[in-house]
Amino acid sequence: MELTLDFPRVKAIVESYTEKVDSLIDSYAGNKEQLISLLQDIQAEFNYLPQDVLVKISQKLDIPLSQVFSVATFFRAFTLKPRGRHVVTVCLGTACHVKGGRRLVEKMERDYGIKPGETTGDMRFTLEAVNCLGCCALGPVVVVDGKYQSKVNPDKLDRVLRGYK
Amino acid sequence: MVEQVRKLLEKRVESAAELDNLRQSILGKRDTSRTCISVCGGTACRASGAEAVVDAFIDEIERRELQVQVELKETGCHGFCERGPLVVIEPRKIFYQRVTPEDVGEIIGETIVAGRVVERLLYADPVTGQKVTYEPDVPFYKKQTRNIFGANGAIDPTNIEDYIASGGYSALSKVLTGMKPREIIEEVKKSGLRGRGGGGFPTGRKWQSCLEAEADIKYVICNADEGDPGAYQDRSLLEGNPHSVLEGMVIGAYAIGSNRGYIYVRNEYPLAVKHARIAIEQAMDYGLLGENILGSGFDFTVTINKGGGAFVCGESSALMASLEGKIGEPKAKYIHMSEKGLWDSPSLLNNVKTWANVPLIINKGADWYSKIGTAGSKGTMIFSLVGNINNTGLVEVPMGITLREMIFDIGGGIPNGKKFKAVQTGGPSGGCIPEQYLDTPVDFDELTKLGSMMGSGGMIVMDEDTCMVDVAKYFIEFLKGESCGKCTPCREGINRMSEILNAITQGKGKPEDLETLEDLAGILSAGALCALGQTAANPVMSTLKYFRDEYITHIEQKKCPAGVCRELIQYSIDPEQCVGCLRCLRSCPTGAITGEKREPHTLNQGLCIKCGACYDVCKFNAVIRQ
Repeated sequence: MELTLDFPRVKAIVESYTEKVDSLIDSYAGNKEQLISLLQDIQAEFNYLPQDVLVKISQKLDIPLSQVFSVATFFRAFTLKPRGRHVVTVCLGTACHVKGGRRLVEKMERDYGIKPGETTGDMRFTLEAVNCLGCCALGPVVVVDGKYQSKVNPDKLDRVLRGYK
Repeated sequence: MVEQVRKLLEKRVESAAELDNLRQSILGKRDTSRTCISVCGGTACRASGAEAVVDAFIDEIERRELQVQVELKETGCHGFCERGPLVVIEPRKIFYQRVTPEDVGEIIGETIVAGRVVERLLYADPVTGQKVTYEPDVPFYKKQTRNIFGANGAIDPTNIEDYIASGGYSALSKVLTGMKPREIIEEVKKSGLRGRGGGGFPTGRKWQSCLEAEADIKYVICNADEGDPGAYQDRSLLEGNPHSVLEGMVIGAYAIGSNRGYIYVRNEYPLAVKHARIAIEQAMDYGLLGENILGSGFDFTVTINKGGGAFVCGESSALMASLEGKIGEPKAKYIHMSEKGLWDSPSLLNNVKTWANVPLIINKGADWYSKIGTAGSKGTMIFSLVGNINNTGLVEVPMGITLREMIFDIGGGIPNGKKFKAVQTGGPSGGCIPEQYLDTPVDFDELTKLGSMMGSGGMIVMDEDTCMVDVAKYFIEFLKGESCGKCTPCREGINRMSEILNAITQGKGKPEDLETLEDLAGILSAGALCALGQTAANPVMSTLKYFRDEYITHIEQKKCPAGVCRELIQYSIDPEQCVGCLRCLRSCPTGAITGEKREPHTLNQGLCIKCGACYDVCKFNAVIRQ
């Protein structure tokens, strides 16, 4: 297979990426205490926290890199690894647990070889386990790309995931 | 731009009298006899397809040109999540459940145009089969006292005028025009309101210590970091009636002399964030937040902060650390947050539900409020009734109602003819309460006496198929993941408990394990830095207390009586019952089941991974789990 690189396009992507990161970080200038919000914005943009961006945040906002990393790794909402095209979040809150939520995680492990926090090799799915989505009446709950699926059993999970390529 | 400014100025309400006028003019414009279709837009109903139902109503109303006669409203959570999407037709309160977009044409044609009830969409009593037409007559609602939560069904949370029309912000105007801060605090103290987030600390006392703390800057914080798994009432309140929470916060801020507030809300609650944000903007536009509120000279602003998904941040000092942009590690509490909290300033932190109770207390008075409830716990409490129960949803009941009334009268009992085993209250800090205590009145002190706690109001019902050792393991695993790791008793103690519980559920338990668990529990409660660790052993201790036999069966006989712990169970096929339908064979992910059509199947134990797929699909009770 011949690989050709469209350099102007790559350059444009890199530039727009840099611009976006810079303007996001700059919008928090002087608000060091809003580090968590900034990291949330960055993650919403790139679906993970790229390492070079964390370094940039540290430099631009004058926050020790150790603190940026400690926050980025302390909170469950953040991930330092790129995530797949579709994020499958399985709720493991108590209500979902007693109704069999754990089996959905096991099914993902069996069918796709991923544990919570991991991504399939083809970047199709990232599996997340969450402690409660606050949708307890409809458990077990699975959220795929922000869309809530209620009363999910292994069979239904199969059907739902087929729609995400 | 000029036009925008002019419009803004027009909306601004400058005094209590102007607020009254505004309310009267909103009410005057409204025709109370006009039909209103209220569709529940809470997260659960949305998950069941409520948005498509709303769209279908919009189309149908337009198609029939009924815009003048009919109002359509997407409200917050009505509570009966099990039956969603819910639709209530006002003013008669006709209650339709499990509505799909396909039903919309019939609802409009029959109920709205012809005035007839669509029988098939009504709630039917599962026992008697009797249909119920009107919302208040549905057994799920009948025994509730919906003082806080009731407005959810009547208000469009994105429209401040709905809240104002229902009497909203009148408590704020009462406070700003005629009450001194000390009077407000006295009223809250007299009401007997206790913190609804878990601890049950007397709210008025907290306010008083904040008032008395001397500082130039003070903060008011709303704790919406609802981390207890199985509880979602804070979410539904913030989604469905955000102004009631805001109004409570402004009153609290005025009482202690604060000008700056925060709502710390979970990142997993996008709709709550959105609605709170809209509510803040609208309240600013109307002069009910911001500078010179209602012309009183009092200023107060509120910012929303999204949490990072750490359970420990529900703890006050960890929450404040997180607000400061640091990792959420708790501090030792020899200094109270009400004296030295956020950025070392006095900080008043209350739960979403606590704030929502405040306007009610101011409006109706402490005497009225304190008549509801028990001697030590006043008012109502919102519980999330979930797990193995027929009517799952959010229920608001007076303190003192018995567990039995909640689970069997409101909750409709246990599904599929199963037996009740236990109810878990208080989240990971709480415990499991067995059947013999079902007649206990529910309040802060009674639940604590049983070794559990009120917590945030989660109530997870468990049937006979629940393994109590597994439940204890579940909570310990949860806390293992959520312990921040700062103090040794919590970090190491929970890990040791996890190892022991895992061993027991895998058939490797030793008789002395139970004693070790009890020792560890003692160390945790005495030595941990914050409430997460201090209460971490509660789920283990309460299950050990009430279900010790189950632990012993796991250890001595290497059996899980409920059939949950994988290493201790085995699946097999009963050749007498098996009709050879191939369903289990097809569902088996490892090919462990073999057999021909119409011939009894066989299960190869060597290949079986005990996933239970065959057990789920078998319609002939031929798969045996033991």
